[in-house]
Amino acid sequence: MSLFNVFNIAGSAMSAQSQRLNTTASNLANADSTTSANGLPYKAKQVIFSAVPMKDQASSGVKVNKVIEDNSPPRVLYDPKNPKADAKGYVTMPNVNVTEEMVNMISASRAYQNNVETMNAAKTMLLKTLTIGQS
Amino acid sequence: MDKLDAAFNFHQSALRLRSERQELLASNIANADTPNYKARDIDFNAALKGAMAGNSSLSLTTSKTSAEHLNGTNQGGPATGGADAPLFRPIIQGAVDGNTVDMDVERNQFTDNAIRYEASLIMLNGTIKKMLTAITGQ
Repeated sequence: MSLFNVFNIAGSAMSAQSQRLNTTASNLANADSTTSANGLPYKAKQVIFSAVPMKDQASSGVKVNKVIEDNSPPRVLYDPKNPKADAKGYVTMPNVNVTEEMVNMISASRAYQNNVETMNAAKTMLLKTLTIGQS
Repeated sequence: MDKLDAAFNFHQSALRLRSERQELLASNIANADTPNYKARDIDFNAALKGAMAGNSSLSLTTSKTSAEHLNGTNQGGPATGGADAPLFRPIIQGAVDGNTVDMDVERNQFTDNAIRYEASLIMLNGTIKKMLTAITGQ
């Protein structure tokens, strides 16, 4: 029954998009973190999506293939009073681009909504199918 | 094939194809942000004709908008199937990441397909009622 498969497909996309939203949240939250777990400034993270073929090979869901670290150069701020400042008084800040992250956030939330609607449409169709032959 | 089967056959095939197509469109919408994903669809008319002509297995082909399009054999896609698998939608607007999903087209087709599915359901219900009237004779 292929309509049930729509739930799997839309569900996979929803979990992938929510992981993307999670990454965005983490990037925005750490936009000013000068230290992270490894002692260096926080590096922005991005998710990479890939299509996964479903059982019947015709349609495909989504999964987060990997989470990569953004390798763009860090922001440098002149703040001699900061304990993290180097000899010349510059502090290395995370390379989080707030504008990019906001765009990412909106895109992820719209894509999530799209998939919710897909799922609802499939649900309506299935429920209507169940009423075949009833007067 | 007995007469009851024959009466229901058309809408049964149509519903099956509609639900297959709905699944494909859902996967296009789901992969709207996947790099290098190519949007896929089936030529519903040809598929239904094929199903009515007695092809029990789905023979799904892409719609061709130009006579010069090749009869592709579904190579290099994310989900490679047999020769009868659905193929790729013509590119309307290219994207930098190689994704060919156009959300306007997909949402439009998705809603259209859902409405037509319900229309088939209503017509199938009508046929069932007609048959019941014939059987009970009231």
